[in-house]
Amino acid sequence: MAATAPELKAWFVREVLPLEAALLQFLRRSWRNPADLDDLCQEVYARACEAAHQKLPVPAKPFIFAIARNLIIDHVRHENVVSIEAVADPDALSTSVEAPSQERSVMAREELHVLQAAIDKLPERCRQAVLMQKVEGLTRREIALRMAISEKTVKRHLADGMCALADALYGANGNPRQPK
Amino acid sequence: MTIENNTEEEQAPMTAFAATRAQAAEWLERKGSGEWTAADQTVLDAWLGQSWMNATAFWRLEAAWTRADRLGALRKPASNKAMNRPWSIPALFKIAVGIAVVAVAGAGTLEFYSSSRIKTYATPVGGRELLTLADGSQIELNTDTVLRVATGTANREVWLDKGEAFFEIRHDAAHPFVVNTGAQRVVDLGTKFTARRNGGLTEVSLLEGRAKIETAGPMAHSAILSPGDVAVATATHVSVSAKSTQDLADRLGWQRGMLVFRHTPLAEAAENFNRYNIRKIVIAGAGVGQLTINGTFPTNATDLFSRAARDAFGLHVEVRQGKTIISR
Repeated sequence: MAATAPELKAWFVREVLPLEAALLQFLRRSWRNPADLDDLCQEVYARACEAAHQKLPVPAKPFIFAIARNLIIDHVRHENVVSIEAVADPDALSTSVEAPSQERSVMAREELHVLQAAIDKLPERCRQAVLMQKVEGLTRREIALRMAISEKTVKRHLADGMCALADALYGANGNPRQPK
Repeated sequence: MTIENNTEEEQAPMTAFAATRAQAAEWLERKGSGEWTAADQTVLDAWLGQSWMNATAFWRLEAAWTRADRLGALRKPASNKAMNRPWSIPALFKIAVGIAVVAVAGAGTLEFYSSSRIKTYATPVGGRELLTLADGSQIELNTDTVLRVATGTANREVWLDKGEAFFEIRHDAAHPFVVNTGAQRVVDLGTKFTARRNGGLTEVSLLEGRAKIETAGPMAHSAILSPGDVAVATATHVSVSAKSTQDLADRLGWQRGMLVFRHTPLAEAAENFNRYNIRKIVIAGAGVGQLTINGTFPTNATDLFSRAARDAFGLHVEVRQGKTIISR
């Protein structure tokens, strides 16, 4: 039975996103241009959802890494640049990926620690805007007033904050992204 | 899957992802800006439907952004000046883990002692608080809630005297966690669930794990709950129905400070707002309460809600004697 959109989304958030750090590590070993990593990762996600919306695969991890491997092979064939041996064997990776079930039961307190570390990495003004929205529940307009900046700037701070938080929460584990 | 975005790869490798992500962030920011309309949602849905790249980029940001909502659990309701002070989660952690038996994160909870072994926690209307128990279990109290916690004994037992709470319980086979809700009790086998008291009824929604709900008294009636089950119990009966993941998530909107309505009658929506706000909404006039609405609102957004009702249905809204009256 085909998964509904909310089911697919829930599966993606619950099962796939926690694999991101390991996935990036795999891609980094398999692909020589680090500037392509984000695109490749995004492509794995897109392919995964395309395939998974027919039926949600259990478990997700081998499924995702098979897709990543095929993706790399496709690109290698297509570009004819990197030798096929460059593709790392996902099974040989020593990455210890926490099972999603463990990931899910991470206690709220640890979650706050992780969040705090992510928040701390944001640039000062960006962090202030994010905290005003998330902790104080202020609207964009209220934040603009409080910080004495334009709504447009608040918008940018919040959007930057979202991207940085996503990278910190999912892509982290000592795998810094390419500076943008 | 055809990879439609590949053409850009040659000249600028980062472009596809960075551009999609920037758009996703813009959507997400707008969605939370407080000016989100049904029309916006339609356009967003169309954008999400365009490609899996769009959808996954948006889901990823949204998931991270939603996780950051947990920061809101540390809000100090009494203070609007929080930003004038240096932000410090560690300071709150110290409170949360420093007290030996039961600790409270956040300063909004009234704490008083009814006996040496029972501690009582209460939230005001519109309040929300996170408790951390000594065993690492977490309990989040919703609006207008009273919860008593047994301390200093091996038994893990609490009493939900009023309101609603979300439980995330550490499994301990030797010491089951018991939530007493007056005429019923919920015996937890290591789970996440919510319990709400609403008059004589107790409603329990199970998200993960397993739990047993049983009525008190000689003719005990009980039911084992699996994830997705919502049990409604009277003093003598328990009925269980399975709900969708979406529905369960909607019911937990309050943890993000949100009320989620899907084809919800206006009367029921108003009732929900009234749980969180001192200024009550009154729906007047025949048939008005049966109009249905969709939407996500901050729990304190009585005004936003009444404006939406006014604009969507051409209703009349007025504030009189401390009440918001919605009528034809």
